[in-house]
Amino acid sequence: MTFLAKRYSVLPGFGVSLGYAIFWLGLIVLLPLAALILKSSELGWGPFWETVSAPRVVASLQLSFGTAALAALINCVMGFLVAWVLVRYRFPGKRFVDALVDLPFALPTAVAGIALTTIYAPNGWLGQYLEPLGLKVAFTPTGIVIALIFVSLPFVVRTVQPVLEDLEGELEEAATCLGADRWQIFRRVIFPATLPALMTGSAMAFARATGEFGSVIFIAGNIPLVSEIAPLIIISKLEQYDYLGATAVAVVMLMLSFSVLFAINLLQWWTSRRHGMK
Amino acid sequence: MKRLALKTLTALLLSSASVSAFADVTLLNVSYDVMRDFYKDYNPAFQKYWKAKDGETVTLQQSHGGSSKQAMSVVNGLQADVITMNQAPDINILAERGALVPKDWAKRLANNSVPFTSATVILVRKGNPKAIRDWKDLARPGVQAIIANPKTSGNGRYAYLGAYGWALKQPGGNDASAKAFVGKVFGNVPVLDTGGRAATTTFMQRQIGDALVTFENEAEMIAREFGRGSFEIVYPTLTVAAENPVAVVDKVVDKKGTRKQAEAYLAYLWSSEGQTLAAQNYLRPQNPQVLAKFAGQFPPVRTFTVEKVFGSWDGAMKTHFADGGVFDQIYTKK
Repeated sequence: MTFLAKRYSVLPGFGVSLGYAIFWLGLIVLLPLAALILKSSELGWGPFWETVSAPRVVASLQLSFGTAALAALINCVMGFLVAWVLVRYRFPGKRFVDALVDLPFALPTAVAGIALTTIYAPNGWLGQYLEPLGLKVAFTPTGIVIALIFVSLPFVVRTVQPVLEDLEGELEEAATCLGADRWQIFRRVIFPATLPALMTGSAMAFARATGEFGSVIFIAGNIPLVSEIAPLIIISKLEQYDYLGATAVAVVMLMLSFSVLFAINLLQWWTSRRHGMK
Repeated sequence: MKRLALKTLTALLLSSASVSAFADVTLLNVSYDVMRDFYKDYNPAFQKYWKAKDGETVTLQQSHGGSSKQAMSVVNGLQADVITMNQAPDINILAERGALVPKDWAKRLANNSVPFTSATVILVRKGNPKAIRDWKDLARPGVQAIIANPKTSGNGRYAYLGAYGWALKQPGGNDASAKAFVGKVFGNVPVLDTGGRAATTTFMQRQIGDALVTFENEAEMIAREFGRGSFEIVYPTLTVAAENPVAVVDKVVDKKGTRKQAEAYLAYLWSSEGQTLAAQNYLRPQNPQVLAKFAGQFPPVRTFTVEKVFGSWDGAMKTHFADGGVFDQIYTKK
C-alpha cells in the first residue's frame, strides 16, 4: 500500500491527471458494469441461480469459455511465431504482412463471420474439400474456434512484437559467448523476457473471444447444448423481454472472465518474480 | 446490453437529425426488418393521399430492425407514432411496460388490427428430390430442414407453431403427439439461424438442407434474388397465418399531437390501394376483392391463427418459447 502514501514526484500534475484518469475509467468502464450488476440484483438470489444453472446456459458457458481458451492457446503459439517472423527477419512485403495482422481489428466482426462461413460451409472453398474427409468446420464448435482465432490473433502479435523488438542483441551475444546453443538461448534468454507479454496478449485474446458474437453467430450453427454460445443466450433472453435473465447470464460471464484475467495476472506476477525481473 | 443501448441511441440521433424542417408533420413508423420493401411503396402512396385529402405534407420516417428490439426501443422512449410488427406480443409489450397503448389495442382496427397476413410455407429444392409434400415429411429421417431459431426470430416461432398446430389437428393428435412431432422436426434442423433472412442465406447460398420453412412473402423475395427456377414452394395441408398487427402509439401521438395523421396512416392500409400494394409485395390482403384479383399468386391454403389454436399469443410464448418451455425441452430432454 505504499502508493497511497504521499510521495513527491518530479513530474507535476499528478493529482489532476489521476483524478481525470479515475473519473474517465469510472464513467466508461465501471458505470455500465455497475448498472449491469445492479440490474441483475433485482432478480433475487433464487431466480438468479435458477437462470444461470439451466442446462442450456451452463452448456453455452462451457462452450464459450472452452472455445475461447482453445483459441487463445492456439494464438499464443501461432501469434508468437508471427511476431517472431515480423521482428527477426527481413523479407519483401514485410510491411504488408505487418499491416495484415491488424485486419481482424478493423473488419466488422459480422463480415468476418460471413466470410469464414462462406469458406468453411460444406459448399465453400475449403469446406467442400474438408467435408469428404469427415471434417465438418462450419456449424460445429470447430467453426467457433476458427472464428475466435481470427478475431483474437492481433492481441497476441501486437503485445509480443514490441517486446521482441526491444530485446537487446547483446544479451544473446553474451549467452553465445558463455557457450549457450541456439535452443538454450531461446529457452533461457528470449522466452522468459517475452513470457509476460505473451501471457498478457493471450489473456486479452481470451477475454475478447469469450464475448465475441458477430463473427461466431454465422458459423456456429446455434444448436442448443451443442453450438449455442453464451452471448446468443443473452440475445435470445432479450428477445423474450427477459432483461433480468439476460443480465444474470452477463454477470456470470463477467465474473468468469474477471477471475480468469485475475488468475493470469497472478501467474504473470509470479513468473516475473521467479525470473527476477522487476 | 451496451451494444443495444448504443444502437438505440444512434437510432434516436438519426431520427431526430433527419427530421425535415419543411414538413408540416412527421410520423415515425417503427417496424421490423423485412417490412422495408412494403413501406417503401406504401409511404409515398399515403403521402399523396393525405396531401390530396388534407392539404398537409406528411414526412414519413421508417425504423427497421429485429422486431423485439424495435418494440423495446419504443418502450425505452423511441418516439414512434405507429408500430407495425409481425406478432402481437411485440405490441402487447407496449401495453405492459409503460402503458404506451391500451391493453385492447387490437380491437381498435378491423381484422384484429391485422391489415395483411402471410402464410408459413415450405421451400424445397428444384424438382423436390426428397418428395416433401407436407409438415410430416420434415420429420422423416434423412430430411434436413432449415428453420430460424424460434427463440430469436418471429419467423422461426411461426414455423414452430405451424408444425405444432398441424400435428395437433391430425387424427388422434394431442399435445403429447404434437410435442413429439416438433421434436422430430427440430431434430432434423442442422443450423438454427438467428433470423429469417439468415436462414434464407443458409438454405439458398450455402445450399444446406432439403427444405426451408419461411413466410410466403419471404419466398417471393428469394425468387427475385435467386431466380424463380431455383426452388419450389410447397403449401402444407394446414399452416399458420402469420399476422402483421399495427397500432398507433397513444402516448407518443398525444404528446406530439399527431393522432389524426397516425390513425389515417394505419387506416389507409385497409384502403384498396394499401391492400393492393400489400398484395404486390406478396402479403395476403384482408380485402376479399383485392385477394381475388391476385388469386394467381396466392393459392388457397388452409390456415389457422395463433389465437385459435394456442388460445393467446402470450400464452403460446410462455408455454413454448420461455426458458424451460416446450421448445427447450426438445433439446434438453432427450
